[in-house]
Amino acid sequence: MDVKEYIASGKLELYVAGALSPEENLEVQHYAIQYPEIRKEIEAIEKAILELTESASPKMPQDGFAKIKAEIDDVIPFTPEGSKTRRTPWGSYLGWAASILLAVGLFWMYNENAKLKSEIELTNQEKQNLEETLSETQEEVTATEGLLEEIRDKNVTVIALGGQTVSPSSYAKAYWNKEEQKVIIDAKGLPEPPDGFTYQVWSLKLDPLTPTSIGLLDDFVSQDTRLFTLENANESEAFGITLEPEGGSETPTLEQLYTLGAVGA
Amino acid sequence: MDLDNLIQQFQQKDTVAFEALYNMYAENICGVINVIVKDSERSQEICQDVFVKIWEKSDQYDTSKGRFFTWILNIARNAAIDEVRSKTHKNQKKNLPVDSLVGIFESGEDLNSKMDTIGLQSLLKGLKEKCILLIDMLYFKGYTQKEAAKELDTPIGTIKTRIRSCISNIRKNMA
Repeated sequence: MDVKEYIASGKLELYVAGALSPEENLEVQHYAIQYPEIRKEIEAIEKAILELTESASPKMPQDGFAKIKAEIDDVIPFTPEGSKTRRTPWGSYLGWAASILLAVGLFWMYNENAKLKSEIELTNQEKQNLEETLSETQEEVTATEGLLEEIRDKNVTVIALGGQTVSPSSYAKAYWNKEEQKVIIDAKGLPEPPDGFTYQVWSLKLDPLTPTSIGLLDDFVSQDTRLFTLENANESEAFGITLEPEGGSETPTLEQLYTLGAVGA
Repeated sequence: MDLDNLIQQFQQKDTVAFEALYNMYAENICGVINVIVKDSERSQEICQDVFVKIWEKSDQYDTSKGRFFTWILNIARNAAIDEVRSKTHKNQKKNLPVDSLVGIFESGEDLNSKMDTIGLQSLLKGLKEKCILLIDMLYFKGYTQKEAAKELDTPIGTIKTRIRSCISNIRKNMA
């Protein structure tokens, strides 16, 4: 660009007058920054206009600014700057409030986290317990199924044992597998034995009456199914159950005969 | 202090900077108003009001609008023109008499005893009437180049070269 030509164009005079279009105004501004000669020329033109306008002034009074200052001082409280100094420092209050809230929040989160962790531990414990119970139950089911199989065996003879004088409401059943020499006693119909006593099962020969002990129903209470498997190699004609002192007796206490049933009856 | 810094501080509502700017430009602003209003006492009052207005509008100025002086010159012109309009009930800037500066120069018409009429005359010495008229329109009445071209029925290019030569004359007279 030819700076001298630009200066001679008269645009700078119009720029100082404020008579250019906004686009031309920006253009002059741009060149004024780029070319120091243009900036100097603008200042020289402005100086001429300052001289001219000053010569037309009726001269301002000496205290001119004091009056203006008095007026703008009244205005100051309404300016953003003035009101800022008087403002309550909400920003810093808010800051503190926010950090306290954050601290409380973090503490709460930490507690919640710890609680959840212990809950997880508890749940894991419960899960383990349930798994154990399940496997126990499965074992029981297997055992029960085994028992059922045994009871259903075609070689099994079922003997119903009826209640006797000492306990007429009692009953029991004997599932006798003669081949395998095994008797399964179902004692569901017997009352719980008192402390220090136990039921004893007898194989009987009727003529002459010969009782032979085939076993005790130990752990009566803990055995939920009330099913007891005993060995029996005898040629039994009847089965009887008596209540005996713990450990059992040599011969049955007939006064304490709870149930009795004959084979094939 | 650098003018740019002074303006920056003024925009941050620094009254000391504002006072410095007042001392720099008060007579110029008042002179412009006086040429339009032609009443020295009223001009002084309007001049005070204009500076209060400049203070209130300080955040509206930015360098993209041009020179700081051009910005306050515009505020002053508008205030003075409003004053004349409210008196004369004229609604158009174009209807304002554009011969005020010419009148002062030619007749030596003294607007105010304190006014530097001799200074003004020496500055405008040797300038053609159409030059003084154009200066009056562009600097004192706030005509845009387009408005001036239309008013004088002259191409914008001629307006530019003419004002260049007119201001150059004044600068010669200053030396």
